[in-house]
Amino acid sequence: MGALHLSNVSKSFGKTEVIKGLDLTVQDGEFCVFVGPSGCGKSTLLRMIAGLEDLSGGDVALDGKIISTLPPAKREIAMVFQTYALYPHLTVRQNMGLALKQAGESKAAIEAAVTRASAMLELGPYLDRRPAELSGGQRQRVAIGRAIVRRPKLFLFDEPLSNLDAALRVATRIEIARLHRDLGATMVYVTHDQVEAMTLADKIVVLRAGVVEQVGSPMELYNNPANTFVAGFIGSPQMNFLKADALGEHGATLGIRPEHLTLSPLHGDIAAKVSHVEKLGGETLVYVRHDHHGLLTVRLFGEHDFAYNADVFVTPDRTRAFRFNAEGKRVR
Amino acid sequence: MRATHPAKRQSIAAHAVLLTYTLIALFPVFVIVINSFKSRRAIFAEPLMPPLPGNFDLVGYATVMKQGDFFQYFLNSMTVTCASLFFVLLFGAMAAFALSEYRFRGNMLMGLYLALGIMIPIRLGTVAILELMVATGLVNTLTSLVLVYTAQGLPLAVFILSEFMKTVSDDLKNAGRIDGLSEYRIFFTLVLPLVRPAMATVAVFTMIPIWNDLWFPLILAPSEEVKTITLGSQVFIGQFVTNWNAVLSALSLAIIPVLVLYLIFSRQLIRGITAGAVK
Ligand SMILES: Nc1ncnc2c1ncn2[C@@H]1O[C@H](COP(=O)(O)OP(=O)(O)O)[C@@H](O)[C@H]1O
Ligand SMILES: [Mg+2]
Repeated sequence: MGALHLSNVSKSFGKTEVIKGLDLTVQDGEFCVFVGPSGCGKSTLLRMIAGLEDLSGGDVALDGKIISTLPPAKREIAMVFQTYALYPHLTVRQNMGLALKQAGESKAAIEAAVTRASAMLELGPYLDRRPAELSGGQRQRVAIGRAIVRRPKLFLFDEPLSNLDAALRVATRIEIARLHRDLGATMVYVTHDQVEAMTLADKIVVLRAGVVEQVGSPMELYNNPANTFVAGFIGSPQMNFLKADALGEHGATLGIRPEHLTLSPLHGDIAAKVSHVEKLGGETLVYVRHDHHGLLTVRLFGEHDFAYNADVFVTPDRTRAFRFNAEGKRVR
Repeated sequence: MRATHPAKRQSIAAHAVLLTYTLIALFPVFVIVINSFKSRRAIFAEPLMPPLPGNFDLVGYATVMKQGDFFQYFLNSMTVTCASLFFVLLFGAMAAFALSEYRFRGNMLMGLYLALGIMIPIRLGTVAILELMVATGLVNTLTSLVLVYTAQGLPLAVFILSEFMKTVSDDLKNAGRIDGLSEYRIFFTLVLPLVRPAMATVAVFTMIPIWNDLWFPLILAPSEEVKTITLGSQVFIGQFVTNWNAVLSALSLAIIPVLVLYLIFSRQLIRGITAGAVK
């Protein structure tokens, strides 16, 4: 298996710079997730690692060896795509075995590798079907199986769950986490969904417009965001950003997670009006409106009732607040 | 129930329009075919009547069969059409793939240049083409026709196919690259099958003008052994006398091969469309 090193990699399409001189190390066996809003360059970065996109500058090294000059098939990587990308004219067995066949492996070795991978993913009954005869979830499992068969040093996933429905997404997510444990392989996973990032990652890389905003474990990012972008991106529902001056605090912005706001009908720091209530059973999300702070989200445990437009008071737990300066940088 | 009624009425109206159009379009063909089975007198007396026992006559077909190498003409036409079609589809698809798949300097200009031929009729260059064929000794060969028709068909093929190639999933091609397929394998085994409906469309549009062409066979390959069927049929149309039986029979026969080719391609077309819809 291998550690991945990106040093000063950049990519431009014509005049637009999509990846701006990025350095990153993914340790051997680590599950690294690139997360960021759509269009921030996650897929481009992943395709550069895979060799599907030329680098405009910098180097990619896998297992201590520079791979940026090698063609994709020689990089000892495997990739799983959002749209599955199974070969429509081949059976599941042939789809999974193609890479080994191209590499000139013996029939017996290919069969053994396909059998092993299909056992891991319970694909046995479908081996002789064509992709058109499979459901979406099964197709994505075949695509993952196709990656496993190659025994790559590095797995690349580009939003593999985006085309699945909610229930399948959770099931497949758990399956990918299990595969990572069983295989111990290095994996790089791209998603715009922070829940996927939080649940799967050993290390999250938050990207914005081709620049790394912060790198860290899910809990590091959650408990110690470096700026308002990361603070707003990680955690659901989103963090509230309050104007610090109105609360007599230093800094420009006070970031407070929805669970660290308390709601009272009688007294508190901020007088606001209830704008919307979402009851989720175990918890209730109350959205309140305030002229100066804007729309705030309050997360309460259990069931609560609030009338629309009712007057309420919101109080932030100032010991749990994150302070940011005018540029959005964290201040301590 | 209320919703289905207007839909049904609309569908009847649509079918009526389409049927009317089909009848109008097919009428000349129908007249040619029925008259090819009639005696000369009957053709002129009652041109719109189907052949009856009284005036049924195969003299046209007999003349055609007797006259020279009619079978050879057929073969020539088939050879020229199929060979041209093969090259147009092969080179057209390859050029379209390159244009749609690879980013290189001048990509847009190259695409425009290749599509320009759609607007400029190749016949404008007839004199130059003839000189070229004389210089290379290709006059009176089927090769000359295949070359000209390939050139004539390519612009439209490149234009239509490159639009379709852009719709083929990038992920699929990239998966092939990661699995170690060559660009040729990706093109032939992954991309071509997916653009088959477009290929069939291009094939039909390319084939018909080639099969029907009289101009280039007359100029480039008029000698007996390389005559195409359209040119061959002209022997029956004289300046003073026209053997209508023979002309109509020859035309009726000439429809068959195109019809067969068309049926083959249109089945591909329909299969492609429904495959996409069901998926
Ligand atoms: N082939 C390309 N040509 C030009 N621009 C591109 C190309 N591919 C991606 N881009 C641009 O690069 C940016 C990043 O794209 P992408 O990596 O797909 O984003 P993400 O996967 O994070 O949503 C986008 O603004 C996109 O428009
Ligand atoms: Mg993407």
